[in-house]
Amino acid sequence: MSVFAFYLFAISVIAGGLFTVISRNPVHSVLWLILSFLSAAGLFVLLGAEFVAMLLVIVYVGAVAVLFLFVVMMLDIDFAELKAEMARYMPLALLIGLVILMQFVMAFGAWEANAAAEGLRAQAIPVDRHNTEALGMILYDQYFLLFQLAGLILLVAMIGAIVLTLRHRKDVKRQDVVAQMMRDPAKAMELKDVKSGQGL
Amino acid sequence: MSADLTLILPEIVLAVFAMLGLLGAVYTGKDALAPALVWATSALLVLVALWVGLAAPETHTGFGGMFIDDGFSRFAKVTLLLSAAAVLAMSEGYMSARGLLRFEYPILITLAVVGMMVMVSAGDLMSLYMGLELQSLALYVVASLRRDSIKSTEAGLKYFVLGALSSGLLLYGASLIYGYAGTTLFSGIIQTAQTGDVSLGMLFGLIFVISGLAFKVSAVPFHMWTPDVYEGAPTPITAFFATAPKVAAMGLFARVMHDAFGNAVGDWQQVVALISLLSMFLGAIAAIGQTNIKRLMAYSSIAHMGYALMGLASGTVFGVQAMLVYLAIYVTMNVGTFAFILMMERDGQPVVDVASLNMYSKREPGKALAMLVLLFSLAGVPPMLGFFGKLYVLRAAYEGGLAWLAIAGVVASVIGAFYYLRIVFYMYFGDENAEGLDGGKSPVLWGFLMASAVVMVLGIINMFGVEGAAAAAAASLVN
Repeated sequence: MSVFAFYLFAISVIAGGLFTVISRNPVHSVLWLILSFLSAAGLFVLLGAEFVAMLLVIVYVGAVAVLFLFVVMMLDIDFAELKAEMARYMPLALLIGLVILMQFVMAFGAWEANAAAEGLRAQAIPVDRHNTEALGMILYDQYFLLFQLAGLILLVAMIGAIVLTLRHRKDVKRQDVVAQMMRDPAKAMELKDVKSGQGL
Repeated sequence: MSADLTLILPEIVLAVFAMLGLLGAVYTGKDALAPALVWATSALLVLVALWVGLAAPETHTGFGGMFIDDGFSRFAKVTLLLSAAAVLAMSEGYMSARGLLRFEYPILITLAVVGMMVMVSAGDLMSLYMGLELQSLALYVVASLRRDSIKSTEAGLKYFVLGALSSGLLLYGASLIYGYAGTTLFSGIIQTAQTGDVSLGMLFGLIFVISGLAFKVSAVPFHMWTPDVYEGAPTPITAFFATAPKVAAMGLFARVMHDAFGNAVGDWQQVVALISLLSMFLGAIAAIGQTNIKRLMAYSSIAHMGYALMGLASGTVFGVQAMLVYLAIYVTMNVGTFAFILMMERDGQPVVDVASLNMYSKREPGKALAMLVLLFSLAGVPPMLGFFGKLYVLRAAYEGGLAWLAIAGVVASVIGAFYYLRIVFYMYFGDENAEGLDGGKSPVLWGFLMASAVVMVLGIINMFGVEGAAAAAAASLVN
């Protein structure tokens, strides 16, 4: 049963990836990408990593892919034209791809996992500890440095996005909270006693 | 854990400074704070360089081997911290005058420096990648800092897309290495990768990692982004690209090759020797047709990286020492040269055309002489320090059994001398009637130019002790 599930998910990951690249409509591409993510989550469940699987669904499918979908829908890009441009280089790209693929086939054909590598390979998760806890131990203890560095990278990404997009326009009226608070009736309005039948 | 934290204290100080600076600047919301922040950052970088440089000469590893603090990493850190501080100090005047100085600039540079420090201290494929991304991401942003210029935006975008591609190559290689070695720690990989016993798949991974790293040092055939990015980015940022990140990337390159694959020198030596050869020749030949001095410096940096890689290619302790000495000299020369380029202006507008230097020696004999010294040094003309740098790497290549590479290096150096000497020709024997440049009035830039030129001449006495430090650093890396 689990073998059947594995092949089902594995095939749908690859099919999703393939159609992401070859779909004509970019919106369809993103939908195929979502299928890929979901299938990968399935693979993680089969591996016993249910927390990572849920993260994949919540973060990638729920947030990233949906954001992608919005961006793709709003972009004003002629994808057909881009594709035509790409097609010009297709023969060369195919040739290089084919050469690299052949080399990889050769490399994997001569697979010999080193004996020392077997010993060094990461240990399986202990049974008395659940997924989330094990991940936490790794992230906040063993890989503390990497975790903090990842935080710095995200900070740089945030600063970068703001530096490159934020423009202070002079012609936009902005809300000035202090000025609003300091207003009082005496300054804000003027009372006029207008006689009936006469204008101001 | 706390012992590990003391190990990365310099990085923590810089990161905390960046965050405090960001908080302060955002809270006051004024770019008026930016010049002060630039000078403060520059001063702090110098202080951290002193701190790192004067630390006890011991080797420590932390975080389960992911972070290595040894003589090699300290040498690289001091070099890159000082060059980053120099470039920051040089950039303040230029960027303020053109309204480019925003408070994010020194903060992004500080964070990039933190990334570089992690890079040269990396002891694991993952910390390598984290440092590299932290550095690269900050650099992509500063490359396109001039948002209203198409060239600057193009530079940033090109750098970003190609940089992402190279990161992809590097990660793919890292995953292959992990697959075959069963660990991402360099200390574990080196046990698996023994001479003559590196499995084919691991070799694939190694080649991919070298490709990714070669992109970061802009070695041929992964150099194509360099001229465009150097041309498009604002000049002080180009100066930054040409100095600190090169040191960090070369340091990382040497670290991966020796720490992780030090037992399989024969497997990567030929690859590094080939990209070194190609870089030297392409840098020398392609620069001949350039009229834009920033593009010319881009090709010059490609050629210089070729020479630095020659030291690495020799695969010996002396080779790493030669590479470190070469990098230190290269950075000093580039700081001075870019100080000169930053002063090239006419009616307050920056000029990058080489021909504008016609008869520069008549108007500014002092600056022209300093530039002459620097150009001779860049070309590797004997009495200058640049010559000794080249001599070092050539000797390393020869002793490492790569005599053909050393000979090719001499030939490329002769070809490359042409375009450096052409600038000298313009300055001293050019057209009398051509429109000249204003005399730049920045005392800071003038100081850096003169200091760098003086170092090129006086350094030949004992290289200010860099030689001994580099020897100790190389010995701590290669075992």
